Amino acid sequence: MPQDVGPIAVKPQAIAAVNDFVVKFANVNGSGSASANELFARSILRMGVPVSPRNIFPSNIQGLPTWYEVRVTEKGYLGRRGGVDMMVAMNPQTWAEDVKEITPGGYLFYDSTKPMPASMFREDINVIGVPLTAITNATYSDARQRQLFKNIIYVGALSVLLDIDEKEIQRLFGEQFKGKEKLIDSNVKAMNLGRDWVKQHVDLDLVKIKVRKADNVGDRIFVEGNSAAALGAVYGGATVCAWYPITPSSSLAEAFQAHCKKLRHDKETGKAKYAIVQAEDELASIGMVIGAGWNGSRAFTATSGPGISLMTEFIGLAYFAEVPAVIVNVQRGGPSTGMPTRTQQSDLLSCAYASNGDTKHVLLFPEDPRECFEFTADALDLADRLQTPVFVMTDLDIGMNHRLCKPFAWDPNRELDRGKVMTAADLDAGKTFGRYLDVDGDGIPFRTYPGTHPTKGSYFTRGTTKDEFARYSEEGPVYVRNMERLQKKFHTAGKIAPQPLRYSSPKPTRYGVIYFGSTSPAMTEALDHLEADGNHVNALRVRAYPFAQSVEEFIHEHEKVFVVEQNRDGQLRTMLMSEFTLDARKLVPVLHYDGTPITARFIAGDIGKKLAQFKVVSFEKAAS
Amino acid sequence: MTYIAKPRLHHPSLVKNKAGYTRRDYEGAVSTLCAGCGHDSISAAIIQACYELDILPHQVAKLSGIGCSSKAPTYFVGASHGFNTVHGRMPSVMTGANLANRDLIYMGVSGDGDSASIGLGQFAHVMRRGVNMTYIVMNNGVYGLTKGQFSATADKGSISKKGVANSDSSIDMVSLAILMGATFVGRSFSGDKHQLVPLIKAAMAHKGAAFLDVISPCVAFNNHAGSTKSYDYVREHNEALNRVDFIEGREEITTDYEPGTVTTVQQHDGSLLRLRKLGEDYDPSDKVAAMKRVQEGMHAGEVVTGLLYVDPSPKDLHDNLNTIDAPLNTLEAADLCPGTSALDRINASLR
Repeated sequence: MPQDVGPIAVKPQAIAAVNDFVVKFANVNGSGSASANELFARSILRMGVPVSPRNIFPSNIQGLPTWYEVRVTEKGYLGRRGGVDMMVAMNPQTWAEDVKEITPGGYLFYDSTKPMPASMFREDINVIGVPLTAITNATYSDARQRQLFKNIIYVGALSVLLDIDEKEIQRLFGEQFKGKEKLIDSNVKAMNLGRDWVKQHVDLDLVKIKVRKADNVGDRIFVEGNSAAALGAVYGGATVCAWYPITPSSSLAEAFQAHCKKLRHDKETGKAKYAIVQAEDELASIGMVIGAGWNGSRAFTATSGPGISLMTEFIGLAYFAEVPAVIVNVQRGGPSTGMPTRTQQSDLLSCAYASNGDTKHVLLFPEDPRECFEFTADALDLADRLQTPVFVMTDLDIGMNHRLCKPFAWDPNRELDRGKVMTAADLDAGKTFGRYLDVDGDGIPFRTYPGTHPTKGSYFTRGTTKDEFARYSEEGPVYVRNMERLQKKFHTAGKIAPQPLRYSSPKPTRYGVIYFGSTSPAMTEALDHLEADGNHVNALRVRAYPFAQSVEEFIHEHEKVFVVEQNRDGQLRTMLMSEFTLDARKLVPVLHYDGTPITARFIAGDIGKKLAQFKVVSFEKAAS
Repeated sequence: MTYIAKPRLHHPSLVKNKAGYTRRDYEGAVSTLCAGCGHDSISAAIIQACYELDILPHQVAKLSGIGCSSKAPTYFVGASHGFNTVHGRMPSVMTGANLANRDLIYMGVSGDGDSASIGLGQFAHVMRRGVNMTYIVMNNGVYGLTKGQFSATADKGSISKKGVANSDSSIDMVSLAILMGATFVGRSFSGDKHQLVPLIKAAMAHKGAAFLDVISPCVAFNNHAGSTKSYDYVREHNEALNRVDFIEGREEITTDYEPGTVTTVQQHDGSLLRLRKLGEDYDPSDKVAAMKRVQEGMHAGEVVTGLLYVDPSPKDLHDNLNTIDAPLNTLEAADLCPGTSALDRINASLR
């Protein structure tokens, strides 16, 4: 087929779109495609057009299929859209599925060096063949060069087909290889090989998805959540990071290391104002965090679901002994080893109630890298103020993908809020020190750091029960008093943790939706779709547990409240039901948990369908 | 169990050390362990060592895991902070605490269940990281709090109180510590304070991972015939290689020694270890020889004690991480937060 009619055969119903389409790259893991694909996304961003890229990668280092999906979205919808308008099919292993995935009228871009039988294509799509291997091999003899430059050649080819400004790509090369002129030149050369071939051989009007310069990016930044959270830890004053490698959180600890190398060395001595330990396992990493927190350093760990399972005993100790600790949980698909390279929001229950006995923990839910930065810094303050573990509940979708978000901001006058710490001067002034004494009525006691005073303020920290002065006690009333104070402290947490954000429908409605974390961009878009269809819904983005009072008020305000989550069991819904007195039927679960990021299409579709059912029921009720 | 504080009244004639404290200032609460428990003798030795070293009591941080031995920190140096962590995980908590404040003196107390079974992994890793600490295992070969089960250090063939022979091989904590990279390793016996007190002092002065395996008979569950951790057995089979005199750097050496009977090791802080030879030639700075001698002793059914291995110039975790001299927990926002102009630059680099 294509070899009969030349490199391109256009079908009549070609998809036409400007600044609003999805290109998906199908590659082989370890082939160097990641940086070329990122270059593609960034070049569009530089044209002022928002993009939202996502890695869809296997639990593998080399050889298995990997995909990179770029949503070009002038409107700035940063959730995953669903559907593929152009497939850049560079992986023979997944050819059949990749071709199948293209939306009818969409485009297939492939390496046409070897002739392919017609049965390998589809009638209802547009095929663009570029002999990438032939072009590459004619220019380069070194095997590694061939592999890497082939990627740049397809970026060059695509830039012509989609009208991407080549100057932006050149600028990006210049920034990436600053000071290495040879590398800049060789990359520009490779790009032009692709550009020239397409210009000479392809009718450019046949591709009807185009990028056009816009001004919709503003001052936003393009960054991965893990790097942002790590920077938040630097700004928030973390000095100890103990971690154990686990996908998808490893890059967070590595980013902390990289940020610290640049930002945290003493100018005179060159010595480090931080300590990072790669522990022997997650048990040790949380143990180190707790040891450092007990001793007055701000400490955090980054992990994912299986790591939380291992840390559970220690988390209970930190709760009951009241030691600050920050745990960034970059959630992945569970249970057990689950889907290590796929995203989910399925650790809410295991984190909120981690450990034996009556334990409850503070969780923060960032929506994007900007909030990863903010909440990680805030979590360090909250952990000190509340003297308890605080979880930053991010996920793979936010953590390991570049996301366009508001720039990082910092109040120059902000100090580390160390909470209630009694100093040697306080002790000398005669202040009563009871380690577990609620002096202010907020459930939060004072603590002393080890080594504070020669004769006053020392105490014994333990996971066993104790009285207000940290003395071991198994007496019932003493135990109950302590547990009630901890409960009071938890209520205090609900007041000082990030509050929910409400988005009201322009028209009054009986329906509400609650969502959190990485669902946010898809939800923003879904609300527009629902509104356009005449489905008015008020929305509340929950940003922390314990829930603020306004969450309960929001639920009571509506007849039905959809709870949108990326897990099977409706974990947030379960928590809402256990915290508030509610009729379970009022909270309607909307659940997406196949490991891919939730889409606006899914949310709007599911809510739309359910709303239609409610309306039918209401009509029947009215009739009877 | 309830908390029993000791009366704070001290006799005015009690002798004070250079730091201005009496020996009683280094005591803790009244022990709730069984009468005659070896652990109480070790607590007493720690108290004596801290007193003799003129340590400021609040400069000690005591950490332990779970078990009889891990209760011990309550019974010494009451003016210092203590942390009774979770079972087998004290080493990681101590590592984190040490990272936060390098200026305190870290005393880890654990048992054979806590360190050789559930905590074997963390025990190995805290040694290989070179955390500056004194790590004492009060080793009785038995689970006391749960009433008499064998622990992983119980020798193969030893008999439990119920008459059962142990069929599993024992874990030798001393060999393991040397193998894992501890830079000060000794073994002693709770019933020999003349050997134990100077060893604890030397270990506390050592700037690195110091480990002491102290055989500490359990009078309730492991002090019978057939046990290899009973008072009688250890006394009969104790093979002391040397006797340590710990001398702080600035002190004059007043004791006379017979020529050829003493080996001197100078530690990094200037303190001297004078090792009095007992019977055989033994060089504790030879790691391979130390391993060999300990293994030979095990084979012969001896309890080899003394200072077994020391690296006089160790590197600790902070050296390896190149952390600043000030304790990390004293740093403020001005030291730690890079500020808004740095953030502007970061933002610009992400566009």
